[in-house]
Amino acid sequence: MARISSRRDFLRKTAALTGGAVAASAGAAPLSVPPSAQEPGRPIPEAMYGMPSKYEAHVARRRSDVLKNRQNWSDWSMTPLQHQPGIITPNGLVFERHHAGTPDIDPAKHRLAIHGMVKQPLAFAMDDLVRYPSVSRFHFHECSGNGLTDWLKPASSTVQQTHGLLSGVLWTGVPAATLLEEAGIDPRGRWALFEGADAAAHARSIPMEKVLDDAIIAYAMNGERLRPENGYPVRLVLPGWEGNTSVKWLRRIKVSDEPWHLRSETARYTDPMPEGKWRQFSMVMECKSVITSPSGGQQLKGPGFYEITGLAWSGAGRIRAVDVSVDGGRNWREAMVEEPIMDKCLTRFKVGWDWNGAPAVLMSRALDSTGYVQPAVQEIQKARAIAGFVQHHNGIQPWSVNAKGEVRNAIGQA
Amino acid sequence: MRSAKRKLIFVLITSALWGCAEMGGRMAAKSSSGIPLGSTGPHAVQPLPDKPRFGQPMSEADLAAWNIDIRTPDGRGLPPGQGSVAEGRKVYEAKCVACHGADAKGGPMYGTMVGGIGSFTTNTRVLTPGSMYPYAPILFDYIRRAMPLDRPQTLSADEVYAVSAYLLNLNGLVSADAIMDATRLARVQMPNRNGFLLDDRPDTRAQRCMTSCK
Repeated sequence: MARISSRRDFLRKTAALTGGAVAASAGAAPLSVPPSAQEPGRPIPEAMYGMPSKYEAHVARRRSDVLKNRQNWSDWSMTPLQHQPGIITPNGLVFERHHAGTPDIDPAKHRLAIHGMVKQPLAFAMDDLVRYPSVSRFHFHECSGNGLTDWLKPASSTVQQTHGLLSGVLWTGVPAATLLEEAGIDPRGRWALFEGADAAAHARSIPMEKVLDDAIIAYAMNGERLRPENGYPVRLVLPGWEGNTSVKWLRRIKVSDEPWHLRSETARYTDPMPEGKWRQFSMVMECKSVITSPSGGQQLKGPGFYEITGLAWSGAGRIRAVDVSVDGGRNWREAMVEEPIMDKCLTRFKVGWDWNGAPAVLMSRALDSTGYVQPAVQEIQKARAIAGFVQHHNGIQPWSVNAKGEVRNAIGQA
Repeated sequence: MRSAKRKLIFVLITSALWGCAEMGGRMAAKSSSGIPLGSTGPHAVQPLPDKPRFGQPMSEADLAAWNIDIRTPDGRGLPPGQGSVAEGRKVYEAKCVACHGADAKGGPMYGTMVGGIGSFTTNTRVLTPGSMYPYAPILFDYIRRAMPLDRPQTLSADEVYAVSAYLLNLNGLVSADAIMDATRLARVQMPNRNGFLLDDRPDTRAQRCMTSCK
């Protein structure tokens, strides 16, 4: 297959293939004037928060239908990536992971405290936090458990279920460094504990280098204040790191010289390794990609043109390239990577595909700016113990297409 | 200007320390504790002649009700108080059994909190406080901050010590007549104490093959 080297080539090829497909079809029915053009629509109400069309009700978050928790407080809901164009996830569709449910916190009463190994412990009110010089940055946000049900054989059917603990967000807030410098960090303060005001008081130990580099004390996402389920009124955002380290409903930062080794960083959020060991403080989300269309559960309409498109991202930098295979990983071609291509951010790739109607296996493979190549699961298995529900799955995801055009999860089978 | 200068110095130092971020085409930026950091700055920030200061000074004493974290390897932060295995059983049966089941063997909402020691070298790793926690004070920290699910941060220090003692006893790690307090809890030797490795990724070396790869 020819490598697609530029957007113009891609568009030309797309246009040609689409034109061919239209010309070959039976022809459209005559058009009539729709009712929407013959009567007034709904008037503008006095106050309204706009909602999607009623015909888009199927585009919704869903809980896992594979790993069913027997309670709804320490649980998660997943983003419908198969319905997301572009790289930004609407706020109502950003995935959730809570350890004790979603609190409703009054911003007027909320305080963020900084203490421990600092010159002067400080408390910040929300209306003080928003007065600081702010930053807005686009980043992917991914749960370390994304894909944990689907390592060696298919358990999930859709990309929402295999990869939906992933969202793309424009975060706005104050650099954590601004607030910590105001409190005055003791030179021995190499770690900071970030703790939530939720009923789990979820907390993580974070190396000071990361905190001072790019941590954001965020109060807004995608142009509005945080949603309650995403940390309202204020949360930590650690770009490129596993989602749970970005502590939601943030109430406290404590500086220390050593990490705390809490349950959330020993018994949980650690990775099984050979010889009964566990990898700890594995917080960077490594380079990964997935085809979102065609993807599991979708139905192709017969041979002809399809745009293969998906998302790529890396916690170690920018996406450098994405390769796509339609023959189960034997041959690959480089996809178009759509701008903007940003650091630690979802990146959209696209490549045209003329399906001949024969069974096919679709895969994507991303490379990041460090030169790291997204591995197949078999590569990961050489280094780690894949036993049970394992975190940090950045393996290549295959989708199989049968002669009927049915698309299925083919992890472990391709 | 002072803060801008400090920022510049920080950037210079970090550049010197992490300058080889792409060494060998691999993620090499690490914290002073050896934790991989991923990609790092510098990042664009607004230059400000004087930094705004909106934080309200407070004392550690005013923070006491929030200051609940335990540094678990040495137990720093464990409060005064104590509790026995027998007292822990009573607290457990009143406040925990509904979710975690009799003798902590699993209930309608959560799995077992007992056993699993020695299971990590098999294909079925059983994660319990006994098998998984490297340090016993994790029990105190977690129970106090998050349990019981319907009323967290309401147990007394004595109750938390008691439930910790009870769970340790069910896992065969302390005797039935044990009493836990700040000193004793930090001294309990947990079987998974040396079970952790620091993150050493990237641990794969996939190649970018384009044709006839399989």
